[in-house]
Amino acid sequence: MAGTEVKGDLTDAAVLSAIRSGDENGMAALYDRYSAVVYSVALRVLGDAGAAEDVLQEVFMQLWRRPGLFDSSRGSLGPWLAVIARHRAIDGLRKRRPETDIADVVVSVEPDMAGDAERARAMEKVRGTLGAMPSAQRQALEMAYFEGLSHSEISAKTGEPLGTIKTRIRAGLLALRKAFAT
Amino acid sequence: MSMHEQFAEDLALHALGGLEGEERVALEKHLKGCAGCRGELERLRGDMALMALSAAGPVPPRRARQRLLEAVAREPRAVTATARGGWWTLVPWVAAVAFGLGLVVLWLQNSDLQQRIAGLQSASAQQSAELQRAREVVSTLTATDAMRVTLVAAKTPPQPEGKAIYVRDRSSLIFLASNFQALPAQKAYELWLIPTNGAAIPAGVFKPDAHGSATVINPPLPAGVGAKAFAITIEPESGSTAPTMPIVMMGAGE
Repeated sequence: MAGTEVKGDLTDAAVLSAIRSGDENGMAALYDRYSAVVYSVALRVLGDAGAAEDVLQEVFMQLWRRPGLFDSSRGSLGPWLAVIARHRAIDGLRKRRPETDIADVVVSVEPDMAGDAERARAMEKVRGTLGAMPSAQRQALEMAYFEGLSHSEISAKTGEPLGTIKTRIRAGLLALRKAFAT
Repeated sequence: MSMHEQFAEDLALHALGGLEGEERVALEKHLKGCAGCRGELERLRGDMALMALSAAGPVPPRRARQRLLEAVAREPRAVTATARGGWWTLVPWVAAVAFGLGLVVLWLQNSDLQQRIAGLQSASAQQSAELQRAREVVSTLTATDAMRVTLVAAKTPPQPEGKAIYVRDRSSLIFLASNFQALPAQKAYELWLIPTNGAAIPAGVFKPDAHGSATVINPPLPAGVGAKAFAITIEPESGSTAPTMPIVMMGAGE
């Protein structure tokens, strides 16, 4: 359906509203806003541009087909798309059927990813926080996040005790949270 | 509500999808009943989303946008439920229409029932009136204190007389007797219906009163039997299944 043009400065809510009303321009606006986040996380996980593009396609088409999957009252769109993209990429990496029902994914923290400037600032902050972490902690977190490894797998790879891996992963996530809480 | 500290590390792993086996089962069971831990899981997912930004930089190839929009165009979607408020917003309208239709149906049924009730009341009143008249007729015919007078030609002594009134379609028979002679004990008169075909059918046993009068009202008879005559014989008090000769009185229909 060809609807009215959706401007780039619209809020996520307005973009979603356009998508829900079947407006293809809403999908174009959504893509322009979040395709880089979705694609980059998929690429980092999969290490393959074609496979990452497939995840990108799949995530956006799912939202087009079922925009009700995202509940705007329970989080913001950008982080939600990032979490879904990572889940799908990990599923692809492990060549398994999707383990997570998208409708069940709720992301309650709301880092602002809607604007280019906000995304750039958030990106710098995340990179700074990760860079400030002890390398073992960052490594455990990245293995869990980008490789989709379980704590026992990380423990086996690194030779660190299970409890230590658990602690490091949680501490790493809390460090990111703290960085955005100030 | 705060989370349970003993699940803190497992929650982080679960958000990442890295919790397995019994630990995962136990946590998921706990999450069903713990809002505090569910809230923490949602916050950890937010933290995870931040991790995605650390990978930011690469952009999808230009063709990816076109590919997506072409796929979107191939799947034109009817306006979703959410966009227009959902199918459930139609529920009140559907309910209102259904309610209205229901009222019309009920009104029509009510009118029909009222008409039928009025018809039944009218029929009932008519039947009551007819029943009352029939009761009066029967009461008069069968009253023991009724004066029964048979008129005959002047200077002619009273003769025994029987009058049978028979309606075949209703198998209804009324017989009036007058001036009948008294009978010995254990004897009675018996009325017979002589059908157009076949043997005589018993049509009631009677004994005249002191004035020689008697009535037989609707004795049990087979349905729809045509009668060519009626006859009377003298039988035992209990009656007979076949007439005992001689026939003391007989009359054919007009």
